[in-house]
Amino acid sequence: MARMKFLCDADRCIECNACVTACKNEHEVPWGINRRRVVTLKDGTAGERSVSMACMHCTEAPCAAVCPVSCFTTTSDGVVLHSKDLCIGCGYCFYACPFGAPQYPQTSNFGSRGKMDKCTYCAGGGGTETPGSIEEYRKYGANRLLEGKLPLCAEMCSTKALLAGDSEIIAQIYKERVLTRGYGSGAWGWKTAYREEIKL
Amino acid sequence: MRGRIALGSLLLLATVAVAAPVHAQQQTPSPASPRHERLIDPDSRAVNEGTLLRESRRIEGSILIPDERGRVLIQPAGRVWDYYHEVLLRPIGVVVIVGMVLALVAGYLFLGQIRIAAGRSGTKVRRFNAIERLSHWLTAFSFMVLALTGLNITFGKVILRPLIGPDAFSVVAQYAKYAHDYMSFSFILGLVLIVAIWVRDNIPRKMDLVWLKEGGGIIGSKHPTAGRFNAGQKLIFWFVVGAGAAAAGSGLLLLFPFYVTNIAGMQVAQVVHSLIAIAFIAVILAHIYIGTVGMEGALEAMGTGSVDLNWIKQHHRAWLEDEVRTGRIPQQTLAGAPPQDRSSPLATS
Repeated sequence: MARMKFLCDADRCIECNACVTACKNEHEVPWGINRRRVVTLKDGTAGERSVSMACMHCTEAPCAAVCPVSCFTTTSDGVVLHSKDLCIGCGYCFYACPFGAPQYPQTSNFGSRGKMDKCTYCAGGGGTETPGSIEEYRKYGANRLLEGKLPLCAEMCSTKALLAGDSEIIAQIYKERVLTRGYGSGAWGWKTAYREEIKL
Repeated sequence: MRGRIALGSLLLLATVAVAAPVHAQQQTPSPASPRHERLIDPDSRAVNEGTLLRESRRIEGSILIPDERGRVLIQPAGRVWDYYHEVLLRPIGVVVIVGMVLALVAGYLFLGQIRIAAGRSGTKVRRFNAIERLSHWLTAFSFMVLALTGLNITFGKVILRPLIGPDAFSVVAQYAKYAHDYMSFSFILGLVLIVAIWVRDNIPRKMDLVWLKEGGGIIGSKHPTAGRFNAGQKLIFWFVVGAGAAAAGSGLLLLFPFYVTNIAGMQVAQVVHSLIAIAFIAVILAHIYIGTVGMEGALEAMGTGSVDLNWIKQHHRAWLEDEVRTGRIPQQTLAGAPPQDRSSPLATS
């Protein structure tokens, strides 16, 4: 089985935010929630870089570890999914997440945060709904992986900065790029998410 | 004056003149450099994850979407909090809470119940009025709910979840969470009442040192006297006030995310909240023990509000003498005489 990961080539990202828009549209993500976002570091300086970030689908995911009701599952592709039926909205996953991925439809009403929502790697949900069903779509969004497609954010990235796919393949693509052009600011978040970096 | 301005202008001109060529040199690449050497290296000043994380505990930037919280890109501290929560917290909780239970069982087996040495007199002395008992039980009941639901969120998935299954456990945990969130307010109210009513009686006095030195009469045969509250009770009181305030404060930070603190602050708040809660539960277990099976005649103080005369003589003689001196308790009570009428603070049992 593949080990699905995201890799954002920050030297290519032009902060167009199309990945953010594509994600919101594809999954009809509710207002106030962004499963993906683009953060620009050192904006306006020579060293400026933009990084597109969502759930990194970590190895030994901290969200899954700390969840008091164990509502997370990791698929055989390494995608971290959760069940909104089991989620109690306690907020522990968002204390633990290094990438700010988990979000809640309400954040102020006496801790009644509602069911957590995060990037599903376009792989549907971790609940009991039939994969690809309308029920699954309403709760978690599209299940593109089931249709043999990769996450839309990466698929439609105009500069192909955002890569999604099997870890070894996207790491190889990134390595070739860095060797060809002679520079690369690294695979952002990989050390924290996967406890590994891409050796060049 | 004029000469000074002229001198200043000259100096300024000189500085600009010296600085300008240097500045120009930095901007223009040397025409002599070989072709294969990059004139512009995009990587030379590029931000780097490793460097940024060495500079700061988290990487922050700017963001275009109207959600300021998204500015934080990576905060590896989440892994540290995960380690605390999943590896350290449960063993700490087990050691402290189970340790206290074992200590209390050992205390009961070796020291036994603290009896009323002179036996029951049959005369009752009013110790706590209705407002005092209401405040105590409001705090106590809220605390019980908070403690059990709090333990559920930490230990539930390893104890209760395997027993009743994931679906039923999620339902229980959901209601437990609501109970925990809402009961916190009645707990805080009880805490405020307790402080308002009892803070005056809990200011440390000289006789508290004697009481502590003699082990409160629990160890040894002495019966050190005490005011309305003995040093042990005062320690419990101040612990409850301190731990209660800290638990309430850290809990409110978690209840209202992003109002005061960011995620890093919430991680700290959760660590503080959980550690205090564990200590709180252990101390309250001891408090419950001494108020029930640990001491004869203690529970009725918080039950009916009246205690046996011989009990009060044994444990709070100084308070009894004060009450008699100020006339709040009639003189003849000391001798164990029956009360004059039912409306007095005394009642025969």
